[in-house]
Amino acid sequence: MEAKQILLGASLMLLAACGGQTSKNNDAALTGNVKIDGSSTVYPITEAIAEEYRVVAPNVKVTVGVSGTGGGFKKFSRGETDINDASRPIKTSEAEACRGNNIEYVSLMIAYDGLAVVVNPQNDWVDYFTVEELKKIWEPSAEGKIMKWSDIRPKWPNERINLYGPDAASGTYDYFTEAVVGESGKSRGDFTNSSDDNVLVQGIATDKYSLGFFGLAYYEENMSKLKVIGVDNGKGVVIPSFESVSNSSYTPLSRPVFIYVSKAAAQRPEVKGFVNFYIDKAGSISKDVGYVSLPAELYTKAKEEFGTFTR
Amino acid sequence: MNNATDTLIPAPRTRVTDLTQRSHTARRNHLIDQTFKYLGVAATFIGLIVLAYFIIDIAIDGIGRIDWDFLTSLPSRKAEKAGILPAWAGSAWILALTAIISLPLGVAAGVYFEEYAKESRMNHLLEVNIANLAGVPSIIYGILGLEVFGRLMGFGESLLAGAFTLALLILPIIIVATREAIKAVPSTLREASYGLGATKWQTIKWQVLPAASGGILTGTILSLSRAVGETAPLIVIGALAYVPFVPSGPMDQFTVLPMQIFNWTSRPQAAFLTNAAAAIIVLLLITFIMNGIAIYLRNRWQKNLK
Repeated sequence: MEAKQILLGASLMLLAACGGQTSKNNDAALTGNVKIDGSSTVYPITEAIAEEYRVVAPNVKVTVGVSGTGGGFKKFSRGETDINDASRPIKTSEAEACRGNNIEYVSLMIAYDGLAVVVNPQNDWVDYFTVEELKKIWEPSAEGKIMKWSDIRPKWPNERINLYGPDAASGTYDYFTEAVVGESGKSRGDFTNSSDDNVLVQGIATDKYSLGFFGLAYYEENMSKLKVIGVDNGKGVVIPSFESVSNSSYTPLSRPVFIYVSKAAAQRPEVKGFVNFYIDKAGSISKDVGYVSLPAELYTKAKEEFGTFTR
Repeated sequence: MNNATDTLIPAPRTRVTDLTQRSHTARRNHLIDQTFKYLGVAATFIGLIVLAYFIIDIAIDGIGRIDWDFLTSLPSRKAEKAGILPAWAGSAWILALTAIISLPLGVAAGVYFEEYAKESRMNHLLEVNIANLAGVPSIIYGILGLEVFGRLMGFGESLLAGAFTLALLILPIIIVATREAIKAVPSTLREASYGLGATKWQTIKWQVLPAASGGILTGTILSLSRAVGETAPLIVIGALAYVPFVPSGPMDQFTVLPMQIFNWTSRPQAAFLTNAAAAIIVLLLITFIMNGIAIYLRNRWQKNLK
């Protein structure tokens, strides 16, 4: 009885392996290490892919660190890692550092991440924000000036507004300030900041006059405690969702996330196998961990790009 | 007579008032005494209540999550499947390596200061700096470790680089503990040894160190239980967030329990917070057990000395 079940299981696995798009029988024979570091935003996707890759290539040791996009690029440009997770494109200074150490690389887009602007569920006055209003609230000169809800729109309550956001070390903060204020890393300083987005969720959920922003995944997981606010970028109000992020209508608060692969590393079969697997699975996995997948043709394009890069 | 009684009478009166005054002061002092006692009790309890609240809160969140699978599984994106095997294995490796590195260095330095060092400006400077080292924030050790052990000595992001960094971090504590333990060794022991013709080294090896070993071990274990909770220096060294294997040698990459906890608490899914609570319980158990061993050793050592 048991032997039959094992046989059945084995043949099913064989079928599944044959049906896969990638050449899994090759991956199974691979050995070696794949060293990844970088953004904590991209980390959940990479971790999930690494977990899945273990099933296909059990002898390849994939390790993932969370030094942040910038910290990761430092190691990447020294040749200490094979792949860097990045929640923004590489900076000129980082690209130069790579060139200085003869590190050639390719950048592959793997998913979208949306930023949600949220308030307390008891907040019944905000219907939407325009990008200008968000700028007015968050720009450096707003400190000491925009202190009450009525300072944004006069008909809103004459109550103190309490702001929450990720701390300045995060790529999320960089992205939000760049998209809203116009300059990365510049904003008012008098807001409650934390590197732990769950702290922000708790703060906003218990504070009627709060306003904050963070990754869409944190809103999706805490929908009952928060109220998401649509953003008007001049083309009408758009509420962040998987659809509006993936069809790019939720601008400017959605962004692509990347992996950077070093050329020297990509010559190694285990790294090549892993990256190909990554591109194949990124669509379904990114949804699984709360991110938004790219349109299918972009994955096909990424795969071609990586193919020519390693040739 | 009259005069005499007149002069005599006031005397007892003053004595009586004196007595009441004294009993008044005594009562006041007693009151202050009591107040201070209860303040002390309150201060003790505030610490304990906060600790108890924390432990109960964590236990409620996490105790149900701890089972054999949790201890023997690899990390996963699915919270209910995820485990802490690479994390606790990494912590155990780090603990063992740190102990092996720091114990001989710390004890040798402690012995030098107590037994050999002469009163000199140089030695005084060394002593002051070791005390200063104990106050350096741990992240600074991480930056130092990354440059010296990670890059200069070429250990990379290995367990060895992490262990050397943590060994530096706890070295001042071990040195101080060793010195205190050696100071507590009765001078009669030493004199008896010298009296029998033993050399200095023979005295240290056969008399002083065995007598001081309980104190040295206690200090070492307490400092190691601090090292096992450190995250900041290890993040700088390059401890990873996702390691799907148990390290098989000191040059392997690694993760540790605090790192895994930190990683889980920043996840959006509530189920990962439960995992973090469970991992915290495991980490607390490790520290409690280590502190327990330290207390046991201290008690045994004190009995032996008497």
